[in-house]
Amino acid sequence: MSSGHHLLYRPGDSVVHRLPAQVKIVCALLGVLCVVATPRTEFLAFAGYLVLLAVIWAIAAVPFGHIARRAVIEVPFVVIALVMPFLGGGDRITVLGMSLSEQGTLAGWNILAKGTLGVLVSLTLAATTTPGELVVGLQRLRAPAVITTIATLMLRYLEVIAAEARRMRTARVSRGHDPRFLWQVGATARGIGTLFVRSYERGERVHLAMVSRGWTGRMPDYGAPATLRTWLTGLTPVLVTGAVLAAAVWLP
Amino acid sequence: MVVSASTAMHMSDGLINAPVSVIFAGVAVAGLAAALVGARRDLDDRTAPMAGLVAAFVFATQMLNFPILPGVSGHLLGGALAAILVGPWVGALCVGIVLAVQALVFADGGLTALGANVTNMALIGVAAGFGTAMLLRPLAARGRTGLMIVCFVAAFVNTVVASAGFILQFALGGDAAFSLGAVAGSVLGLHCLIGIGEGVITALTVGAVAAARPDLVHLLRGRSAPLELRDAPVATPKESTA
Repeated sequence: MSSGHHLLYRPGDSVVHRLPAQVKIVCALLGVLCVVATPRTEFLAFAGYLVLLAVIWAIAAVPFGHIARRAVIEVPFVVIALVMPFLGGGDRITVLGMSLSEQGTLAGWNILAKGTLGVLVSLTLAATTTPGELVVGLQRLRAPAVITTIATLMLRYLEVIAAEARRMRTARVSRGHDPRFLWQVGATARGIGTLFVRSYERGERVHLAMVSRGWTGRMPDYGAPATLRTWLTGLTPVLVTGAVLAAAVWLP
Repeated sequence: MVVSASTAMHMSDGLINAPVSVIFAGVAVAGLAAALVGARRDLDDRTAPMAGLVAAFVFATQMLNFPILPGVSGHLLGGALAAILVGPWVGALCVGIVLAVQALVFADGGLTALGANVTNMALIGVAAGFGTAMLLRPLAARGRTGLMIVCFVAAFVNTVVASAGFILQFALGGDAAFSLGAVAGSVLGLHCLIGIGEGVITALTVGAVAAARPDLVHLLRGRSAPLELRDAPVATPKESTA
């Protein structure tokens, strides 16, 4: 699996990179759960979460630009958050001369803050863990074999489909097709069934090759199980997040 | 005042409150566990690559997020495609895995909203799409055109019913500042449009697979035409003169 050159992964040798994947998955899930449970008016808590993430990026040596460029996936959600203050009902407040709905502004902020923090957590996980390691992590978390089989094949076949689509595009161009943006979409749509059948036939051979080399549906796992100490190290960010949440809720 | 809020189908963190997120995470886990039991029978050496390819294909098409109205982005769901090609159990698992990997690796859809997203797209969507396809199965068995019509209808129903699941969750745990009627109207209207695109892509894909490898279409299983034996004149080798 050529997962070494992944779009979101940033190779490194930090403590965060070396942590076993299963610890990182659990850490990310619990961390985001804390973020979502935070009442929306506890603005300082959200700032605290952001600082915590920045510390993790510093330890993992992931530059801010790497995360920021990939966070644009969130833009459609941000647009909703920006529209909400104008559309919500209830009491009106005036900010910079604009009349905004108080409920709508808070709702927009809520989605913006929690959605952004969620995206940043996922990106941090993806930047320090390859997709292959993630599948091994799910396997160590006792995910059923059917699930890891489908997930492994899916990650493998994404490359098969992309390569097959490139080949079909080359074939079209070499037969005089002049692809421009929208027209290319039309040709790709008409060829989508062919792309599927061709990818399946190649994928079938890939699968047989994997099976004949001893693949049984599980990713090879050469790591040792995580020790209690590793778990505690890995879950430190969750403990900090939980502490920030508790402080925000109980301190006046 | 007219309130119209529009929301993306793929929910991010914070759109639905924590208790409802937890409830639907439970629903999703229970549903996928049921699918897992059913999938054990369906998944063998021949169908495993198909399941992987369907998952990869759904993954790739879900990446095409298209904004339709301000603040609204929709994308294809792939539930009907998965159910028709690999059956409802493996299909639900495929879509569920796609959503989980998207949330973990591509930050698409929130981690805490994963339960709600899986319930809508992998459980409700696949069930609705497969149910529709099974109801119309006699038409699908009649020929390629019939099959493609069935695929179109199943994909359309899948999309609209899955978006209704989102409305249910928004009613239970969404922000009370927005009128539910307006949210429901815009989400359903939008997903009727997406459903047409989804229907066309599903019909084209299944049509091509049925033409080349009808043995791979789960919906047509047990319906294949018997092998046709034709009489042909037997060629007799000519005497060589060389």
